[in-house]
Amino acid sequence: MTAMQIFFLITGLVILGSALMVVTTRNLIHAALWLIVTLFGVAVLYAILNASFLAVVQVVVYIGAIAILFIFAVMLTRKEMRDRGPQLNTGWWLNAIIALLTFGGLFWMLQGWNGFSKTAADFPSGYDAVGQLGKALISPDAFVLPFEVASVLLLAALVGSVYLAFNRK
Amino acid sequence: MIPLSWFLILSAALFSIGLFGVLSRKNAVAILLGIELMLNAVNINLVSFWRYGDVSQMAGQVFAIIVFAVAASEVAVGLALVISVYRRRNTVIADELDLMKW
Repeated sequence: MTAMQIFFLITGLVILGSALMVVTTRNLIHAALWLIVTLFGVAVLYAILNASFLAVVQVVVYIGAIAILFIFAVMLTRKEMRDRGPQLNTGWWLNAIIALLTFGGLFWMLQGWNGFSKTAADFPSGYDAVGQLGKALISPDAFVLPFEVASVLLLAALVGSVYLAFNRK
Repeated sequence: MIPLSWFLILSAALFSIGLFGVLSRKNAVAILLGIELMLNAVNINLVSFWRYGDVSQMAGQVFAIIVFAVAASEVAVGLALVISVYRRRNTVIADELDLMKW
């Protein structure tokens, strides 16, 4: 077992443990803080996968914006919940069985696939992954249209959420 | 070197945990937290398939970036809805929001 594999296993355990805390902890502020740990673990996975740009975007967009938005939303809607009473539905064990079955089904489907235990080839020498990604995002032959559509979607969501959350009184 | 299967199993487990959170949480904000976990699991899959396939094809990373954008808009609209509902009905528990139930 190489050092990289041990590092991956530690990261994976941190991700899964904190994700379990996100879905089970009673205090929602704590759940949002555990979500930050999970997102940071995923950023580490991107770094392991040589996707450096995505690792940075994960920290900036997910931890810097989305997780903070969650903390604000929890604080704005706190009065009613007060973290008392059960936080899970009464049939939660049934949902746990559904989740386990989903995992089992995915695992069963994947282990029958012949590319399952393939290892990564090294990058070709002088290969610039971030530069290639930037070129792919603005090249008309590649992904400029989906990229622009995503920016229009962000603008529409921004206008829509301001309209929804605006206090008319 | 880490085999592809480790990433796929990790992301399947993360997806299942997120699914459990979406199905069994009462609070609407906590349901959105579960959706974030599921989206992250999908992103791990996309990036690992990019790395383990042909690295000169950037589709995996580009699609992950689009998932980022969609997740950001989804959270913004979802939390605005939750705050708006809380202002009018003074609750964020998903079971009690049965205004449109027939």
